[in-house]
Amino acid sequence: MPTFDLALLTRGHYHDLLLAGLTLSLELLVITLVLALPFSLLIALARLSPWPVLRWAGFGLVEGVRNVPLLAQMLFWYFGAPELLPDASREWLYGHNFEAIAAVVALLFYTSAFLSEDIRSGIRAVPQVQTEAARALGLGYLATLRLVVLPQALRITVPPLISQTLNLWKNTSIATVIGTAELMYQAGQVESATFRSIEAFSFATASYLIVSLLITGLSALYQHHFPARSA
Amino acid sequence: MSFIEMVQTYWLYFLVGRYPEGPLGGLALTLLLAVCGLLLALPLGLLLGLGRVSPWPWLRRPVTALVFVVRGTPLLMVVFWAYFFLPGVTGVKTDQFSTMLIALVVFDGAYLAEIVRAGIQGLPKGQYECARALGLSHLGAMRLVVLPQALRHMLPSLVNQLVSSIKETSLGYIIGLTEVSFVTTQINTLVFTLPLQLYAILALTYFILCFGLSRFAFWLERRLARRQSAAPLHPHVAT
Repeated sequence: MPTFDLALLTRGHYHDLLLAGLTLSLELLVITLVLALPFSLLIALARLSPWPVLRWAGFGLVEGVRNVPLLAQMLFWYFGAPELLPDASREWLYGHNFEAIAAVVALLFYTSAFLSEDIRSGIRAVPQVQTEAARALGLGYLATLRLVVLPQALRITVPPLISQTLNLWKNTSIATVIGTAELMYQAGQVESATFRSIEAFSFATASYLIVSLLITGLSALYQHHFPARSA
Repeated sequence: MSFIEMVQTYWLYFLVGRYPEGPLGGLALTLLLAVCGLLLALPLGLLLGLGRVSPWPWLRRPVTALVFVVRGTPLLMVVFWAYFFLPGVTGVKTDQFSTMLIALVVFDGAYLAEIVRAGIQGLPKGQYECARALGLSHLGAMRLVVLPQALRHMLPSLVNQLVSSIKETSLGYIIGLTEVSFVTTQINTLVFTLPLQLYAILALTYFILCFGLSRFAFWLERRLARRQSAAPLHPHVAT
């Protein structure tokens, strides 16, 4: 049994590779989350809108995305989707880190589908009389949502939102299949270059765990400071 | 090669891989792996779930730690550990199917443990206390009083867990397991000109399977709720 070579992880080329991977993983997390929040809100509103066309489109999108593995979606966006684009923009994409872009697109759809369901149940948890009262006071449909319903609903949505963030963090690892140079990919690279699999995978596991624990801690902190209010 | 030709040439390969001449693959392998994984994860999940609520700290603490570690890491990480370290630990070269199966069982076991724990803790505490007061031991109370009630509510969650299981098998792709995503990529390499159609078919296949199953779970849940409506209601098990 070879000894655990800590020096591999603390300095040198392989240390840099792993750290670059961790950075890209965190970037995937943050960028996807920032884009997914407004997107999932739109999907949730579409699913609750008074217009059947929007409701059905929202339903189709959510069910379609939730019932296909993220890995298959990554393969689709990376290998399949560029065929739909004109040649010029395809060339541009291939020159601009398309692996990361495809990963963000796949993660965005996947996360938003789950997140929109949480937001939707948050909105539905706001008592109907709130809407009725707002409408009776003369607010329009959108103003009612913006000023009365959403501020209450989003507060209820925060704990499930944090747990979806945790899922998103773990899901970023799947981007490795299309060659996005995130943490899992770099750990694999370091493993095959040095055969130091225990070191490389320990680094990756510890990183995933620490960020996961931070996100879980955030959730506990939130629930401690803002316990659920009964309306 | 046109779309029709591709379907005609490769549909059987997509469904069962090189079977019967070679090993089983494709969609059949995906389903086999998902079902086996879930069936083996159930007893493990039950044991871990009982460990999580056990009154003995020497059992509860390590089980809790294990569940937290597994739930805090991606499934892919578990797959990699199984792939690179099982041969080293056991001395036997494990094939991709067993590797993926072991990873799935450990991963799903930890998730099922939380479903079981939520089911147990969702029951009114009086049930357990009455059983203990009647002279049953902790394990007797669990086996005869708490689990039979807690597990009934888990049935719809289990069908949903099968859906997750099917989706998780796709990660076998990374260690070269010839399940349906891997087979599709192989077909894509051979055909080369129709990636969009091919991956759309892959997504559609997963969709039909998983959407059908989740609708079934929904139906099952409503049926169970109707049956229960006469009896006193228990809190629902969180999934």
